[in-house]
Formats: sequence, C-alpha cells, structure tokens
Amino acid sequence: MLQLLVVHLVAAMVAPGLVRAIGSRAMLLLALAPASAAVWAFAQTSTVADGRAVEQSSAWIHTLGLDLDFRMATLSWVMVLLVSGVGALVLAYCAFYFGDGERGLGQFGAVFVAFAGAMFGLVVADDLLLLYVFWELTTVTSYLLIGHNPERGVNRRAAMQALLVTTLGGLAMLVGLIIIGQTAGTYTISEILADPPSGSLVTAALVLVLIGALSKSALIPFHFWLPSAMAAPTPVSAYLHAAAMVKAGVYLLALLAPTFAATVPWRAIVIPLGLATMILGGFTALRQTDLKLLVAYGTVSQLGFLAVVLGIGTRAAALAGLAMLVAHSLFKAGLFLVVGIIDKATGTRELPELSGLRHQMPGVFWIALVSAASMAGLPPLVGFAAKEAVLEAFLPAMIEHDTGIGALGAWLELAGIVVGTALTVAYSIRFVWGAFADKPGMAATEAKAVSTWFPVWPAILAAGGVVLGVWSRAAEVFVEPYAAEFPPGEEEIHLGLWHGFTPALGLSVLALAGGAAVFWWRRVLTSRRYLPKLLNAEVLYVASLRGTERVAADVTGATQRGSVPVYLGVILLVAMAVPTVGGLRAGLVDQSWPDQFRWWDSPAQFAVGIVVALAAVFAARSRRRLKAVILVGVAGYGAGVLFFLHGAPDLAFTQLLVETVTIIAFVLVLRRMPAYFSDRPLTGERWVRVAIATIVAVVVAGLTFVAGGARIHLPVSEVFPQQAYDVGGGENVVNVVLVDIRAWDTLGEISVLVVAATGIASVIFLRSRRGKLLPSRQLLETARRRSRDRAWLPVGKATDASTRSVIFEVVTRLIFHVIVLYSIYLLFAGHNNPGGGFIGGLVAGLALVVRYLAGGRYELAIAAPVAAGGIVGGGLVIAVGTGLVTMLAGGGMLESFIFEWNVPLFGQVKLVTSLFFDIGVYFVVVGLVLDMLRSLGAEVDRQLEAGSEVESESEVDTENNSVHQDVPARFGGVS
Amino acid sequence: MNTNVTLTLVVAVLVGTGVYLLLERALTRVVLGIVLIGNAANVLLILASGPAGGPPLVGVTEPDRMSDPLPQALILTAIVIAFGSIAFVLAMAYRSWQVNRSDDVKDDFEDALVRRRARLDESANTDLDERDRQ
Repeated sequence: MLQLLVVHLVAAMVAPGLVRAIGSRAMLLLALAPASAAVWAFAQTSTVADGRAVEQSSAWIHTLGLDLDFRMATLSWVMVLLVSGVGALVLAYCAFYFGDGERGLGQFGAVFVAFAGAMFGLVVADDLLLLYVFWELTTVTSYLLIGHNPERGVNRRAAMQALLVTTLGGLAMLVGLIIIGQTAGTYTISEILADPPSGSLVTAALVLVLIGALSKSALIPFHFWLPSAMAAPTPVSAYLHAAAMVKAGVYLLALLAPTFAATVPWRAIVIPLGLATMILGGFTALRQTDLKLLVAYGTVSQLGFLAVVLGIGTRAAALAGLAMLVAHSLFKAGLFLVVGIIDKATGTRELPELSGLRHQMPGVFWIALVSAASMAGLPPLVGFAAKEAVLEAFLPAMIEHDTGIGALGAWLELAGIVVGTALTVAYSIRFVWGAFADKPGMAATEAKAVSTWFPVWPAILAAGGVVLGVWSRAAEVFVEPYAAEFPPGEEEIHLGLWHGFTPALGLSVLALAGGAAVFWWRRVLTSRRYLPKLLNAEVLYVASLRGTERVAADVTGATQRGSVPVYLGVILLVAMAVPTVGGLRAGLVDQSWPDQFRWWDSPAQFAVGIVVALAAVFAARSRRRLKAVILVGVAGYGAGVLFFLHGAPDLAFTQLLVETVTIIAFVLVLRRMPAYFSDRPLTGERWVRVAIATIVAVVVAGLTFVAGGARIHLPVSEVFPQQAYDVGGGENVVNVVLVDIRAWDTLGEISVLVVAATGIASVIFLRSRRGKLLPSRQLLETARRRSRDRAWLPVGKATDASTRSVIFEVVTRLIFHVIVLYSIYLLFAGHNNPGGGFIGGLVAGLALVVRYLAGGRYELAIAAPVAAGGIVGGGLVIAVGTGLVTMLAGGGMLESFIFEWNVPLFGQVKLVTSLFFDIGVYFVVVGLVLDMLRSLGAEVDRQLEAGSEVESESEVDTENNSVHQDVPARFGGVS
Repeated sequence: MNTNVTLTLVVAVLVGTGVYLLLERALTRVVLGIVLIGNAANVLLILASGPAGGPPLVGVTEPDRMSDPLPQALILTAIVIAFGSIAFVLAMAYRSWQVNRSDDVKDDFEDALVRRRARLDESANTDLDERDRQ
C-alpha cells in the first residue's frame, strides 16, 4: 500500500511537466495512478471477501507511536474501490473537460492526483495519527482544488471557508484521537477497535471525533461549506464533494460504529443531525435553479442519510449503509459529470435557461436518467436495492430490538427517512426535468457538439449502477464481512431487487408517490413561507471570522506603527531593561561590582579616547553628510590607535585599512546625494532620541564597567602562544588563531563576505538581467579598444580632461605594483609578523581604490581585468579546498601541516598549509573591495554618464507611481 | 581585576552617539550610527580582554606580557564583516535614493492603512468586506 502511495506521489510530481508536454490529455496518463490502486484492491477481492484483512506496516516516527500501518478490511476495500475507481474515471473525464489552454492545469493535475493518494491513504490507514495526517492532506489539497481559479473572489472565499471549517473539525478530531490513543495505550486502529477503552474521557473524545467527521461530511451545522465549494471546477465537485472527501467523515463513522455506536452520546448526536441534514438538504435542493447547486444540496441530503444509516450501528443497517455508500458514489459522481457536460455544451447550468436538451444530447440524457433513477431509488438500479435494504433495516421493530431506542424514536427515524427519500425522489425528477425536458414556451437551448469520449466516463458510472443493481444479491457476499463486525440483529436482511411484498416495498412506493407529489406541488411547497430558516452556522462562521479580523486590525494598528525609529527605540529600551535590573541587583545586593579601577593604561590612551569621543559627538551633530562621514572616520581611526596602544598591531592595522575603505565607500555613495541631511521637522522627537541614546549609553557604560572587571578566571587563550608556535607553525598568534585554531569561524566569516559582495553587486547592477552584455565585460572591452595605440596612459583619453590629474595618474601607475607586492608580502609574512590574508587583501584593495580614483572606471577595468565575483568565489573555493585537502591527507578539516626544507641561497624554508587558507581569505577580501568599487564606483559612473539614469529612474518611477495611485483609489484615498 | 575608566567612557560615548544616529530617518545617518556602535563593541571587547600588553608575537613578547590574542582575532573578523555589511547597506541607500530621491526610511504605508482600517472598525481582510458589498 505504501508503494501505491508512492505511485500517486510520483504521478503528482511529474504532472506539471506532463501537462506542459502533451496538454490536457495528460490527465489520461495521470488517471493510471488511482486506477492502479483500484486494480490492486480488485485483486485482493478474494482475501477481503473471506473476512481477512490485507496488512502492511513499516516504522516511521516510532517514538510518537506514529507508524506507517496500513490495513484493508471490507470497509476499506469498498472505499478504495470507490475512491480510486471514481478518481481514475474523473481524471479521465478531466482530459476532455479542460482545454489545453486551461491555466494552471499542470498544478491542478498534480493536486488532484495528490488528493487521490491522500484519500487512498486515509481509507487504508490503520493508525489514528496516520489517518489524521491523510485527513488533513485531503483538506489541504481540496483547498487548492476549490481555489483552482484564485483570481475569482468567490473561489478564494469558498476555498478558505472549506479549509477553515474542515480544519476546525479536524483539530477537534485530533484532540479526540489523541485522547483515545493515550487511553487505549495504542494508536493502532484495529487494536483499539478490538479492545476499546472506555470512561468519560473516551466519551468526550468520541464527541470530538464526531465533530471532525460531521464537519468533513458537511452535516448540519457545518453543511454550509459544501454548496460554497461548488465554485470548484465540476470534476472536482464530482470527486471531492460527492465520491471521495466528504465520504471521509462517513467512513470514519462506519469505521468506529461497530465498536462505539452503542456509547451514549453517539446515536443522540449522529441520528438527529443526520436526519435533519437529509430533510433540509433535500428541501433546499428543490429550490435551486443552478443544476450544480441542486446536485450539491442533494449531496448534503444524502450525506445526512448515509451518516444515519452507517452511524446507527446495527448489522442490518451496516449492510444497507455500505450498499448505499457505493450507490451514492456511482450516481452522484455521474450526475456531477453530466452537469459538467451540459455546462460545457450550452454554457449555462441554470434550469430556467435549459430546454429540450433531450433531443440534442440523447446519450447524455440517458446517462442522467439512469443515474437520477438510481438516486431516486428505482429498480433495477443499485440505488433501489440499497434503499430497500435501508428501509427494511429501519423498520421500528428492528431498530427497537437492535439498538434499544424506544418506539417513538424508532418511528420518528423511519418517518424521517421516508420523508427524506420522498424529497430525494422529488429533486431527482426535478434534475432530469429541469435539464432535459422540453419546457412549454421555450425555444430549445443550443448545445455545442462535445467529444464522443466526454460522456463515456459518467456512462461507466451509470452502467456500474445497473450492474450492481441487477446483481446486488450476488454482490452481497463482498460486503458481508463488514456487517459481521456488528452483533447479530433481530432479523437478517439481504440485498436484492425483489423480496416479495414487504413493508419496505410499501414504504418505497409511498416515498416514490410522495416524491412525485412534492415535485408536482414544488412551487407551493418550496416557497419561502414554508421553508424553515436553516439552522445555519454560516452566520456564526462569518461573525467569528470578522471578529478575529477586527481584533487583528486593532492589535496590528496599535503595535505596528510602521516607523523604524519607533521600533528601534522600543527594542533598545526593552533590551536595556534586563541588564539594568540585573546590573543594579549585582551592584546593590550582591556587591559584585568591580571595586578597583584605573583611569587609563597610558596617558596616550586617554588623549586618543578624548579625540574619539569628540569626533563621535560632532559626527552626531553634523548636518553635512560628508562632515559626518569624516568625523565617524576619525572616531574609527582613533579606535584603531586604541587597539595599537592596547598591544594589538594586527587589529590596529585592519581597523585603519577598513576605515579608509569605508570612507571611500561612503564618499562614492554620497556624491549622488544632497550635501545636507533633510531638515527634521519635530524637535520634540529629537529630544526623545537624545533621551533614548543617553539611557542606552549609561546602561552600556555600566555594563562595560562590570565587564572590564569580570576577568577573574584564566583565559582559554593562556596556551595559545605555545600552541601557535608548536602546532600552528606561526609566531603571530592572532593570525594563527584566524587560520588554524579558530579557522572555522574565519571560514564562516568569509562566506558572509561573499554574500555581502554578491548583494552589493545585485543592488547596483540592474541591467545585466536583461541579457545585455555584463557592464564590467563591456567596460574592459572599451578600455582595451582604446588602449590599442599603446600610449602609456591610454585610458586617460576615456576620461574627461577637466577632472583628470596627470600627476596623480602617473604616480598611481608607479606605485600600484609596489603596493600590490607589499600586500603579497603581508600575506606571506602574516603568519609570523603583523599581517595576513585580511590585511594583505585590504592593502591590495586599496591599491585598486587608488587606481580607480586616479583614472576612473576604465583604469579600474585595466588594473583588474577579471570579474569581482570570480575573485570572491575563487577565494572561497581556495579556502574550503585547503580544508578538504587537509582532510583527504588524513588530518582534520583545516588542520595545519608544516613542511620545512633547506633551499640553497634561501636557507631554511618553512611552509605551513594554513597559508593556502589565508590566500583564500586574501582573495575574498580583494574581491569584496573590487566589487564595491565596480558597483558603487564604476557602475554608478556609467549610469551617470550614459544618462541611463533617466531610463532606469523613469522605469522605477512608473512602478512606484502605480503603487501610490492604485492604493488610494482602492482604499478611498489615503496617503 | 580592575577596570579601565577611559575606555568605559569611550564605549559609552560611541554607543550613545551611535544610537542617536540609528534612530534617525536618513539611511546615511543610520549607517554611520551602526559604524559607531560597531566600533564601541570592539573597544568593549578589547577592554574586557584585560590590561594592555605587548603584541602577541612569539619571540617578540614574552607570553605572560602579551595582550590576549583570542579577542583580537574575533574583533578582526568583526571589523571586516562590518565593512562588508556596511558596504551592502550603502548600496541599498544608493538604490533608495535612486528610487525615491531620498535616503530617508519612510513609514510603512501598509501599516498606516491597517491603522486606518482599525479606526474605521473594518477587518484587515478585504475579501470579507467585498462579501458584504455583494
């Protein structure tokens, strides 16, 4: 059974491709998946008819008690045949229902097959939780199928309604299932049914499970979602809302009934609700003018009927109910498919617009007639055999004896069923009459010719009804084992067309006559005056949905102010609250604040600290962009000097270089922006900012003070100097930490750099996506073309003479290679002296920066004639590759190996493999700087020069405007 | 173990000015605020790594006189990462300017709409209201 599920899954996955390749005929191939399940079930007939079950089990999430347990006994066998057989027919029908141009057909096919698979899993699952998983899978797939055409608001709402109602029921059911599973000590359904738990907890659980089953099968008070769901394409209605999904609830009732039907609230819930649904559904069906809604309300009615018959829990009713289940699937799916054909041929489903179709579509007419006759319960169809059995099973004497229900209750049940059956007869007649009859005073409706294959599939279903009807007596043996699960009743009943002149036959005739009468006087009977206001949960549904939405709007409106400063302010203040409380506690209660402090490590530190602080304050006050940037740069340089004074030369070096590159990045961006920040309108807001900043500063000062005194244990780095030299083979401990001891951190970090570099390029280079030549490549070609005359400063010609400085260009050319060489020296020397991949990479990047500043983008293209992305990616590859090679060499990932040789002239040469890792780092950093220059420098230049700015702006502006014009119109002019 | 007052104050001033800039609307200022806060965090780490010492180079400084190398390595990566992310945010600021002619972070339009709907006692889902109108 697991294999069959996999078949469905695979079919669902290939469906979109298949539909793309061969159009709607792909549905015929997809139909093979459910067909295979039906054939498999058919092959198991002899086993199941013997009363044995087909079982399969494999472990899944065993600790949760959730295993892939499957079991197919008679009930499941019937369901598999129906679900998979009808599923295959409906899928085949889809091949003719949809045109090749149908939008989203691939997805539709995939979801449809997935649904069929989920339904198959649902009916063979032998584990409560597994059953629930499939149950919800059918809910989700049905949501997608109802919303097949999501542009229509009706479809969206119907899909959402079906989803919410059935999921609500499903959740209630899950709670019930868990209670039952925990009480029973097992989740295996067959074991629970064999040895049922009991007690008030189980009673409550049963009620919850019933809520799930009733909501799925659209019984009152949950019935309203089913007619809405008719917004789905007709094949979906035929399958999900007639043959398959809605039967899941009935199936669950039938599955549990042998064991639990006698538990007290069961019958009191199922039978009244079922009968009410049957009668009110039938009544409403008489009032519909849309053929599909007529059949839909008919389905609601019949589901109520099935729930009563299968839920009452007697042996006779079980046999009759199973027959009814089969009959209903055959005729109801067939009728839906007929509606689909009429819809496609005439373009309408409205009764008042249809007339005379009998002559134009005789084949379809006969199919509809046979199906409707089965629905109405006419011999020799299976619907008749089933209904006869039901009436017999519900004779008051039988019910009183088998269930202990009192005489009044038994008579009421019978009366309800007869009334419901009469209504069924009436709307069956109305369906055939309304769709096919010649109506007085109406011209015949025009009908387009449909494919000859189109009506074949409902014809098969109708024929099934005839065959099973005629041979109902013989077919009884196949369903007998299910009935045998119930205790023997007062009297055995049998399926068949003729049992003699029995009371059941009399009731049957009564129902037929009554139905004909109701049809005759339908206008009088169904006028609004007589119709009881439907016990309707839809009002409640809408009200609760609306209430939730309102609360959501209020809460969102109150908390989501949409202002980043407000969010940040709130976050910061909350983040400060905890350390403040903790810090005060530590200081006042535990007395654990540092009691000693020093003013500074050296007087120079104090002097630099003052510079940093002043620069930061002035930067915050500055109204000029450039001034603010430079002052922040000063603070950064100051921090670098502080690092140096602390005894961290690598750090100081890095900080100074990064600060320089950062300033250049800022300047490159700022040249496009106004020189001054925009004026701030509210001064009050500014004081709030000052207050928040002060609070945060004070708390952080306290934190810093405590943190500085918190170093009371031996640091882990105590042994680093020794390890660095012995294991890492380097004298610069910081560098060894980076490339060896904590190399994983560094690897993660350069990965972040790669992402940042990619991000920068993708924000700025907007045009490469359109398939044009990549700008950098274009640039290089232009630069090369212009340098063919072999002048020494060739690309100078490409730049505007008024902005050039020849001296700067010449000096740059002279020192560029020296700087690059120096960066390589730093890279190699970094293991023993200050330097390394980061510092070397930054120095090389600065060399490129200088080149760009002197000669513009063409000069940059000549200086680095490679793609920045390639350098960044190559660097990462080298770094990771180093780690992989050390692993292949038998070491750990990124473990260092040390080689030493005696080379003539050079003397002792020592090579540590972590050098290669550092080379990777070097390239990543160079690539990042180059990427920044290419994006924020060269590309912005190009956009400026080419005037393409105008183009890209106008394009963006239209986008922007359309949003702003659209929204106010939609919401009544807010801005 | 005692603590360093100068560095404490440097950290406090950097954080205070950084937060002040962070709460601004101009994206340039926000980025500058992040830079300042980043520097503050690095100085805080240095401060917490103990007293000043010699550079952690074997052979140059005796191990017991060295400054702690581990926080230095961590800060070094932090500096470079900060550069990468700042360059990225700058690219976004440029893009924002390109689109809006301003690098100000605007209030979210949709949020304002939600507030308006809440005031009018409407639900947040337009589908439901459409249903009423039908």
